[in-house]
Amino acid sequence: MFARAVWLILRKDLTVEMRSGEIAYTTLFFAVSCILMFAFALVREGRAPEDGAAGLLWIAIAFAGTLALGRTFERERQSETLRALMMAPAPRPAVYVGKLIGIVALLAVVEIVLVPLVALLLEARVLLERPFWLAAILAAGTTGFAAVGTLFAAMLIRARTRDVLLPVLLYPVIVPVMIAGVRGTAALLQPEVDTAILGFWLALLVTFDVVFVTLALWTFEAVMTD
Amino acid sequence: MTPPDNLDFDHVAGDDVSRHFGRRRAVSRITFTARSGTILGLLGPNGAGKSTMLAMLATLLRPTSGTIRFGSLDARQHGAALRSRIGVLGHDLFLYPELTAHENLAFFAGLYRCADPAAVASRALVQAGLADRAGDQVQSFSRGMRQRVALERALIHEPRLALLDEPFTGLDDASTAALIARLRALRESGAIIILATHDLDLTEGLFDEALFLRDGRVLSAVTRPEQLRSTYRAVMGRG
Repeated sequence: MFARAVWLILRKDLTVEMRSGEIAYTTLFFAVSCILMFAFALVREGRAPEDGAAGLLWIAIAFAGTLALGRTFERERQSETLRALMMAPAPRPAVYVGKLIGIVALLAVVEIVLVPLVALLLEARVLLERPFWLAAILAAGTTGFAAVGTLFAAMLIRARTRDVLLPVLLYPVIVPVMIAGVRGTAALLQPEVDTAILGFWLALLVTFDVVFVTLALWTFEAVMTD
Repeated sequence: MTPPDNLDFDHVAGDDVSRHFGRRRAVSRITFTARSGTILGLLGPNGAGKSTMLAMLATLLRPTSGTIRFGSLDARQHGAALRSRIGVLGHDLFLYPELTAHENLAFFAGLYRCADPAAVASRALVQAGLADRAGDQVQSFSRGMRQRVALERALIHEPRLALLDEPFTGLDDASTAALIARLRALRESGAIIILATHDLDLTEGLFDEALFLRDGRVLSAVTRPEQLRSTYRAVMGRG
């Protein structure tokens, strides 16, 4: 039943998003705008700051992800459909996992556009030559970010100041994910890839993912009750 | 807690149920019983505690004190399992505007573990008289049509207990009559129906029993339908 409920919620979210395109377009536009502004501000005479691409890529992902998280749950609040989900006999952690996979999928689409843009504008073409390592770092980092973000966005759905509170609560908690993501991506920008260092940052990200997802699954039922 | 083998029940009973939000008492020491094949009305002005009472019966809110029992099962212990036997139609319709009527109903039928969600959704749309609009997005429906879809969503899993919060809001005469006919059929099928409303005129002759609430307290309990009108006048007139 758990997997079935996850699939139903994921399919529903994707269907709604494909019809409206609201979150995908706004998130993508915002992320691309961020990268363009950073590129205009930081690239001088065709030279980007060293390792800057890694930091700017993750900043854009975090900002765009926060936007997507807020809108995803706002959509459930508008018709009180989250209440209907809570009323259903499906396991509540399945609601969390369905939402989490949906956010990760959406951010994956954003990253597919962002990475070539960053590579082009911030002189980081080497990123495109190491697609498997980059995909692994991005997947692990995005999962960690979304794992915490989905839980917090669900918790804040009834709060009047949720739009302000979400980044205020989320960013301090995901600092370790951001550091590991940035350092892992920066390692990919070196002329010679040090697989030991890359492996270390990737392992750290996977560890964060396991910890964050486990904690979120453990607490989701409680935070959504009453 | 392991769910019991038999989740069915023939009555719902609240015993001295209270719910406080901080210092505010939304519901205060309410005792009642609703039996299978009956419609219990929760009547009272806005802010009387009707919606809070329904939220507790839906196991979405825990009583601050007192107990709610579904047959022999305590809501506090078996709330999660009991939700498969409860259907809720709230103020908001709990529908996704971007999905079609059929997709909405099939989605919830799937969550409620109905054997063939697509077929169940199609049957429900026939019941609602909206089979020809099955493929239309709910956002293109009128309020009355949305309400009919929402009612079928609440009843998609044939619940034993149906909780309805102001279900007549925004309905025209034809939709109101259709809803009343649906509720009567549901009562005949043995469901327990608890309906909260502030408007007795629309529900005249529908209730078997009623509780009159004000400020979270029961002002009067009516067990004979013919007493409803006079009690309503007396209670509402107290201001």
